Amino acid sequence: MAKPQLTMGPVLFHWSAEQKRDFWFRVADEAPVDVAYLGEVICSKRTPFFDSHLPEVAERLIAGGKKVVWVTMAEVLSKLDRNTVSGMIVLEGAEIEANDSSALSRLSGRPHRIGQYFNVYNELAMEHLARNGACHFTLPVELPAGSFSTLAATAHKLGAGMEVQIFGRVGLALSARCYHARAHGRTKDNCLFVCENDPDGMDLKTHSGAPFLSINGIQTLSHRFLNLSREVGELKEIGVTAFRLSPHSCDMIAVSRLYRELLDERVTADETDNRLVELGVRQPMMNGFFHAKPGFERVAAHASGE
Amino acid sequence: MNSERRDGPRATGSIVGTVSVPHLIGRLMRPLPLFPIQPILGRIVREVACKRPELFERLGPHVRSAFVIDVNELPFVLLLKPDPAAPGLSALRRGPSVRGDATIRGPFMDLFRVVDGRGDSDALFFSRDINIGGDTEAAVCLRNALDDLDGSIVEDIAAMGGPLFAPLRMVVSRLRALEERT
Amino acid sequence: MNETFAKPELVCPAGTPAALRTAVDAGADAVYCGLANETNARNFAGLNFTPQALEQSIAYAHDRGAKVLLAVNSFATSPRAQLWFDAVDLAARLRADAVIVADIGVASYAVSRYPGLRLHLSVQAGASSPEAIRYYCEEFGISRVVLPRILTVPEIDAIHREIPCEIEAFVFGNIGMMAEGRCSLTNYVTGVSTNMNGVCSPASDVRYVEHSDGSTAATLGDFEIDCYAAEEKTGYPTICKGRYMRPGREEPYYAFEEPVSLNLSALLPDLVRAGVSALKIEGRQRSRSYVHSVVSAYRRAVDDVAAGRTPDLSTLAMLTEGGKQTQGAYATKKWR
Repeated sequence: MAKPQLTMGPVLFHWSAEQKRDFWFRVADEAPVDVAYLGEVICSKRTPFFDSHLPEVAERLIAGGKKVVWVTMAEVLSKLDRNTVSGMIVLEGAEIEANDSSALSRLSGRPHRIGQYFNVYNELAMEHLARNGACHFTLPVELPAGSFSTLAATAHKLGAGMEVQIFGRVGLALSARCYHARAHGRTKDNCLFVCENDPDGMDLKTHSGAPFLSINGIQTLSHRFLNLSREVGELKEIGVTAFRLSPHSCDMIAVSRLYRELLDERVTADETDNRLVELGVRQPMMNGFFHAKPGFERVAAHASGE
Repeated sequence: MNSERRDGPRATGSIVGTVSVPHLIGRLMRPLPLFPIQPILGRIVREVACKRPELFERLGPHVRSAFVIDVNELPFVLLLKPDPAAPGLSALRRGPSVRGDATIRGPFMDLFRVVDGRGDSDALFFSRDINIGGDTEAAVCLRNALDDLDGSIVEDIAAMGGPLFAPLRMVVSRLRALEERT
Repeated sequence: MNETFAKPELVCPAGTPAALRTAVDAGADAVYCGLANETNARNFAGLNFTPQALEQSIAYAHDRGAKVLLAVNSFATSPRAQLWFDAVDLAARLRADAVIVADIGVASYAVSRYPGLRLHLSVQAGASSPEAIRYYCEEFGISRVVLPRILTVPEIDAIHREIPCEIEAFVFGNIGMMAEGRCSLTNYVTGVSTNMNGVCSPASDVRYVEHSDGSTAATLGDFEIDCYAAEEKTGYPTICKGRYMRPGREEPYYAFEEPVSLNLSALLPDLVRAGVSALKIEGRQRSRSYVHSVVSAYRRAVDDVAAGRTPDLSTLAMLTEGGKQTQGAYATKKWR
């Protein structure tokens, strides 16, 4: 079995250009990840801020031994969204991760990836997309273990990679409306980029004060951070080939080192969890979807001794 | 004109002419002597169970649930057990001792319309005229089951024979006539 | 002045055979419905059709010149995907007039087994750009796309010019705030999924708790998603219609949308001009009384518009969530 890959997902939040550039530079130089996903997934209005930095960031990542994959937007609606996607696809030689069906026709016949915002829930869908050129699938976050195993077998048969997010807040919903703008009495077209103040999203609490969700522009995320430390062993056995970390404002270099050690079985899941607490990652974390339970739940280890 | 006020959100019923519906129901109910209410209810639920086996299919697992129907204007609450093996509908004194899995509470006329297939329970719920408590799924299931009937159980009841049902038939037809005017 | 139009098809909801007959009798050109299982996006307790009821219902509709569209529009989930393929088999066997699909796997199955079967692309596919719609047309021969409720009329017009299939647009009913087919909020809270199980805010996880001050809390699973005062109107207990607090704003607010329903009666001529050939009414979970009221009113409205008269649908407000109506995204980009 090939060594499991560790990947750094796209930055979902509207970090400043400097912050984003420095983040990717550090990933390039220090993080033990195999793949870096570059590009804006959530809001095309944010792209002008970072577009000019993309070439130097990509070069640095490649120099650091990372494979660069370019992501397309999760929701494509406006002219700007459409231009953002088509601008990405025409990049020569670039490997693309499609997060919406609008990218697919133009990727036909060219090797590409299918992202986690794309609905792939069964073998037939996987096979159909593979015939179009898909060679790597990051599965929807809500799938339970039972689905992973049959899909991994299909991916294996197709010679495709299969990736699962194991760390970070989880994207739960997309909308045409910007909830960051709405929270500040604005509209999407007139948002003044209020989302830049929330590097990990804007937290929502329920009436009774319970932490619940987190807002990132048009995206609604889990309040809790996903942590599949206890499930990584089973995922490797199932045939998952790559493990995704979703970037947050915490020390992602330390987080990536930790999960690399976990994948290499140099630390246990318990040690991983303790070190995440020491790193200041928000607790409690969640793993419910994997266990076919409410996603926000933290299910105790069912496969101990890993 | 003076009494032609519009329904507020918490008004207990619609206004017909100058007589409020609760008042009217009181008058309409008068021909029903109190003592035979239990036998009438028993007969209603048995006949409906016998004529409408499809009700139980839609209720699924909730045939084992107990429903408290709390009609604002009535001096008692109804406890419905739609168990096909032993269907039950009884009138009980309102109070904490009445326990059901789901409670459906609202004004008579609104509940009558829903049971008769002429009212939209979701809209009545949005306007807060009908409230549900306890097992929401059981309540929704009961609504869906009643809604799929050809005609309605109000028609079944109106069609029942026997001297006990003559006044009930009259009540139903007057309510329906009244409902059509609103 | 008196511009007249080709009549768009009026597509109406049915959660039960009784509702289907009601819709047909009230003037529906087509009725859409689903099986009583996870294969469609309204898999609610006590709702929907057995294969036998579907067969009888199709006969009822066809006898009266109405079409029946079967929604198989949740996502076939491995390893249970056969359930969805069986639903497609059934639709083909019973001669449903079209199958409404969202999943690439289901579409792929349908087109390979039943090349003659008409496919509509469900709103659950979330195809909101011409490129996305064209992809489904090219791959699966989709005949009609149901557009997400997030586009303005000029945007619909622009899309119409760039795609090779018919357009169906929602004109009335519940308006979900999240992109359809891309929302796992219910699964996050309850462990059952909108995409995989066809369930949004399942009633089994909803509780209403009355407080002593007369207010009522609506809870979904472990979370209180709203709390309304005694006199306050309400909507469905879905996460996207709840009120929450954010930092710097301790008063709970509708973070996504307040309970409102879509009513596009005033925009009907514009929609038809923009190339919409089918008008869809939402509400498979609603009563036959709702179906009767809304379908009759829209039947009149469509006939009025086709004859160049101005339709009046003001009477429908009482059926809407929160007692409020909106034109949503259709009228202005400011909605976003």
